[in-house]
Amino acid sequence: MKVTLKVWRQKDKNDEGRFVDYAADEVSPDMSFLEMLDVVNVGLVKKGEIPIAFDHDCREGICGSCGMMINGRAHGPGRGIATCQLHMRSFQDGDEIVVEPWRAQAFPVIKDLMVDRTALDRIMQAGGYTSAKTGGVPDGNAILVPKPAADEAFDAAACIGCGACVAICPNSSAMLFVAAKVSQLSILPQGQAEREARVENMIAQMDEELFGGCSNTYACEAECPKGISVRHIGRLNHELLRAKL
Amino acid sequence: MNGIIAFYNSTVGRKIVMSLTGLFICLFLIEHLIGNLLLLLQDGGASFNAYAEFLTTNPYAYLPLRIIELFLFFTIIVHAWSGITVWLKNRRARPVKYNTYGIAENAKFASRWMFGTALLILLFLIIHLKEFFFEMRFGEGNHNGYEIAHQTFANPYYSGFYIFAFIVLGFHLYHGFQSAFQTLGLRTKKYISLIEAVAVIFWFIIPLGFAMIPIYILLHPYSMALAK
Ligand code: HEM
Ligand code: SF4
Ligand code: FES
Repeated sequence: MKVTLKVWRQKDKNDEGRFVDYAADEVSPDMSFLEMLDVVNVGLVKKGEIPIAFDHDCREGICGSCGMMINGRAHGPGRGIATCQLHMRSFQDGDEIVVEPWRAQAFPVIKDLMVDRTALDRIMQAGGYTSAKTGGVPDGNAILVPKPAADEAFDAAACIGCGACVAICPNSSAMLFVAAKVSQLSILPQGQAEREARVENMIAQMDEELFGGCSNTYACEAECPKGISVRHIGRLNHELLRAKL
Repeated sequence: MNGIIAFYNSTVGRKIVMSLTGLFICLFLIEHLIGNLLLLLQDGGASFNAYAEFLTTNPYAYLPLRIIELFLFFTIIVHAWSGITVWLKNRRARPVKYNTYGIAENAKFASRWMFGTALLILLFLIIHLKEFFFEMRFGEGNHNGYEIAHQTFANPYYSGFYIFAFIVLGFHLYHGFQSAFQTLGLRTKKYISLIEAVAVIFWFIIPLGFAMIPIYILLHPYSMALAK
């Protein structure tokens, strides 16, 4: 199949940036979107042009690095997948595909489709950890966790920090990400020590990074490759109230 | 005090303030609708005007009602101010826009147009307060609310604007009501269906009830004459 790509090219963070059209003529429907970009890049290198820069690592939907906006959808069309899990069969022969980086004040573009997501790391540093005693490894069964709590925490822990929630949110809000992290730890016994400080500090850091606020549009839940539910945002709000009162 | 200011200045804190003020305004809507439905009675305004008089002149109710009234104005101003500032902050969070942005596939219309519906409600409130509240309370001329209502709503443009405003209010509350519970952390699995059910009262039944007043008066152009 053949597709036309309209890709955002930007040399570095100071460059203005612009869309450039590329024809991808030898695309197999079984290729992943990233493989298709690889093929386009090989063509560019052969012509002596600079390849399109994009983040990627695991290529199996677990590292969270491959985020990009494809035809106005975070990680492209389809639900519950990262860009590396998007296949070209999701498009029609002859389609024009617009590819843009995540857009948010807190995610400055580094180059082309790569953005700086360290703002999420700084939110983690502000409270996304638990205190642990040093010494020998405790017995795995020594701390009892009820099954529903374990399941709920595990659902939240599925977040891969890709930033799709920020990218699709009309407010560039990081609430779903922060909620997943706060929720996961606040449900588990291991997370109790810093429970109040965690939610306050992570929200304060989120605001400092200039992410927007949550309007409960629930677009994040729809686009999250891991299907993180907005009920975690409800829990985040509840945790903040609990910490304050 | 510093704690309260810091809370209000955090994005989540300000949304919590918006949810509480928004829900308080929702409570007022119930009372306001029940009272105003008295306008539909063909009793020459006896019931409605008695109700209006009770609200302003009853010696026992006077002080508590003035306090509630001031508090209501305060919550509306705080809600509107918070909404406008939250919206501005959210716009600054994405300085470079997308070329292609598929938000419509991921979020409901009402949730994406909260600011738009809010501005229309604000416009409506200004016109509405000027026409009724200030006229009946402080105006020089007619203090008979029943007559003012029947006269103004006889004008189809005026009635049309009111009906439009209630549709807009319906959209604001279609998203806003459940959103407030989400903001307060109460929209849990257990309560979602209850919240959605009660929400119908606020985004459908109440706006419909308000809209019925101008519609009824428009359809009964002789109700003034009948009433006299
Ligand atoms: C009858 C009057 C009104 C009622 C009953 C009402 C109620 C509500 C409720 C319950 C919410 C949800 C709060 C939340 O998500 O936690 C809300 C949101 C909102 N309200 Fe109102 N509101 C009214 C008028 C206004 C006015 C006059 C404005 C401003 C000009 C306004 C601006 C907003 C905005 C911008 C939001 C969305 C905030 C966000 O999620 O980002 N509202 N409203
Ligand atoms: S919540 Fe979902 S969309 Fe947001 S960073 Fe985590 S995995 Fe990505
Ligand atoms: S490359 Fe790791 S999630 Fe896509």
